[in-house]
Amino acid sequence: MNMMSKPRRLTADRITLAHGGGGKAMRDLIEDVFTSVFKPAGMEDQARLTSEALREEGAQLAFTTDGFVVDPIEFPGGDIGKIAVCGTVNDLAVGGARPLCLSAAFIIEEGTDVALLRRIAASMQQAADEAGVAIVTGDTKVVGKGSGDKVFVTTSGVGVIPPGRALSADRVRPGDVAIVNGVLGDHGAAILAARGDMALSTDIQSDCQSLNGLMEAVIAAAPNLRAARDATRGGLASALNEIADAAGVGVELDETTVPLRPEVNGVCEILGLDPLYLANEGTLVLFVPQHEAEAALAAMKAHPTGEGSVAIGRAVETRPGTVVMKTLFGGSRIVDMLVGEQLPRIC
Amino acid sequence: MKYVDEFRDPQKARALLAEIESLIDQVPACQDRPLYLMEVCGGHTHSIFKYGIENLLPKKIELVHGPGCPVCVLPMGRVDDCVALAEIPGVILCTFGDAMRVPGSKKSLMQAKADGADVRMVYSPLDALEIARRNPDREVVFFGLGFETTMPSTALTVLQAEQEGIENFSLFCNHITIIPTIKAILDSPDLQIDGFLGPGHVSMVIGSAPYEFISAHYKRPLVVAGFEPLDILHSIWMLLKQMVEGRCEVENQYNRIVPKEGNGPALGAIAQVFELREFFEWRGLGSIDHSGVKIRDAYARFDAEQKFAVPAVKIADPKACQCGEVLKGVIKPWQCKVFGRACTPETPLGALMVSSEGACAAYYQYGGIEMEAAE
Repeated sequence: MNMMSKPRRLTADRITLAHGGGGKAMRDLIEDVFTSVFKPAGMEDQARLTSEALREEGAQLAFTTDGFVVDPIEFPGGDIGKIAVCGTVNDLAVGGARPLCLSAAFIIEEGTDVALLRRIAASMQQAADEAGVAIVTGDTKVVGKGSGDKVFVTTSGVGVIPPGRALSADRVRPGDVAIVNGVLGDHGAAILAARGDMALSTDIQSDCQSLNGLMEAVIAAAPNLRAARDATRGGLASALNEIADAAGVGVELDETTVPLRPEVNGVCEILGLDPLYLANEGTLVLFVPQHEAEAALAAMKAHPTGEGSVAIGRAVETRPGTVVMKTLFGGSRIVDMLVGEQLPRIC
Repeated sequence: MKYVDEFRDPQKARALLAEIESLIDQVPACQDRPLYLMEVCGGHTHSIFKYGIENLLPKKIELVHGPGCPVCVLPMGRVDDCVALAEIPGVILCTFGDAMRVPGSKKSLMQAKADGADVRMVYSPLDALEIARRNPDREVVFFGLGFETTMPSTALTVLQAEQEGIENFSLFCNHITIIPTIKAILDSPDLQIDGFLGPGHVSMVIGSAPYEFISAHYKRPLVVAGFEPLDILHSIWMLLKQMVEGRCEVENQYNRIVPKEGNGPALGAIAQVFELREFFEWRGLGSIDHSGVKIRDAYARFDAEQKFAVPAVKIADPKACQCGEVLKGVIKPWQCKVFGRACTPETPLGALMVSSEGACAAYYQYGGIEMEAAE
């Protein structure tokens, strides 16, 4: 008798608590919706990794984790699955690691459409293929209606830092040049518009993308790259403040060079928000020594995810720990960390 | 951005600044002291900090950041009342975003939300009305805030609710009026203001005529100003020009938006729904006669203060706070005893530290440069 089991099928349209119960319904969910797409090597409770890259003398293992709770789940330019892959790939990449593989854990609210989960899985696999990583292990849990918000995704990622690379914020020195890979705030503005409670119609797309390819290109062109950040929550302002703080340098920004899409600027004007604090999901900000700035910029502009790269400021000795922006208008202001959430102004 | 970038042109700014620089030395009042100009409106304060205007101006010009941030002047007792409304079972409390963090005596709306109250951020009172339509079994209360700028939209929302017979919507009215407030500042014995930048958005509703008493009676010039950096510089230039030429008038720099007589339909809606309160309590400034409005009896069923029992307890401002002196320009924000120590944007004591339009928060956030220069 042939004991090979047929591929399991999930026929339900909506998730019920049964899909989290550990029985056949749960296996249907995992195998039909997730593992049939991610195609992990085995179905053990752990992934077993081998990596030639790790055997190199001086190579380091990089490990990171991130939870994703975006609302809405699907938005122009991406969805929670794409962000969950790109976000973790980017957390590895900006530290100089070459991402290898990811885990993905899903907390699913009772009543969620199975079709939505299928779209998320497909989008994750596509993003993983584009970034050159594999989704090798995972988990699903189902929580009661109201205990979650459709689906939360947590991804962890493993990568290898080749010998000799040592990127960290505290290596930034006065004189270093700050570069971003393109326009800021697209993700934050796209999400705000997609929530629909503002009746803003824009065609702004999230910038959600993996940055590991771009990072490799910059490091090849500018081997003394000091530090890089993926300017996500809290935007460029928070990323620069973190670096200024860690390195004990000041950062001077020039507003005339800060790249913004007019639509994003418009959304911010209407809502009284500051684009420097808007979230990004594929925005790289990095510091290179001045003598490598031109090479770094050229390499970035030649890469598809860095065509809009531009130098926006530099590290300075004055005001250590502080980010100061020279305004369009010739004045200057301090760009501090956000206190809490950015709240729209009344008038 | 079209129609906006034109008002942010650095070259035009330099030309204006050069003229301001040459005018300031001819102003009689500031031969041996700085010239104190108050921008009444929080929107101006925000622009001034955002564009770094203060450190472009001649040192002799001191900008005093006035009481025009409606969130900042809200007294603690009113926040407590609002929290109490939010905590009534079944109530959905809708508020503008920047009122979320204003501290009450026990908690802010944001903390009340974390404690389980249904507090929702909206961008317009009409959004609150829509929430009421969609939740007929819930009571929706809108936290009405602001000067004449936001008053018409609240009034029209109440009228809309009446027209549609929406009975589960009510307004917790904290709207305030600008003129009695400016008058209270002018009557203050420690007044140090030489001229005013008038609030552009308020004036779009009330017009520029209501300010005439300031120039006529108090002999202080006022220029109704727009919100872009060139608007603000141009308005300062107009004030100086008046002073140099020995004039004292109400002028309108923001004439692309503000008509002298104001906006008739908006004023009509305000008058139909609201009447003046005898007095209203301001944070930092105390009670000011006729400075707030309440809902007229004809619309009493939309008045949250009548529909629900609110504690209405008067809470004194924290003793250490010097918000009033900052509001009147007697001291600069960083000269307050608690600025940056007990009172920070993370843990605001005084309301001026709460909203990004509040002078203290703006200084804390953006103003380190001026503070260092002054120290």
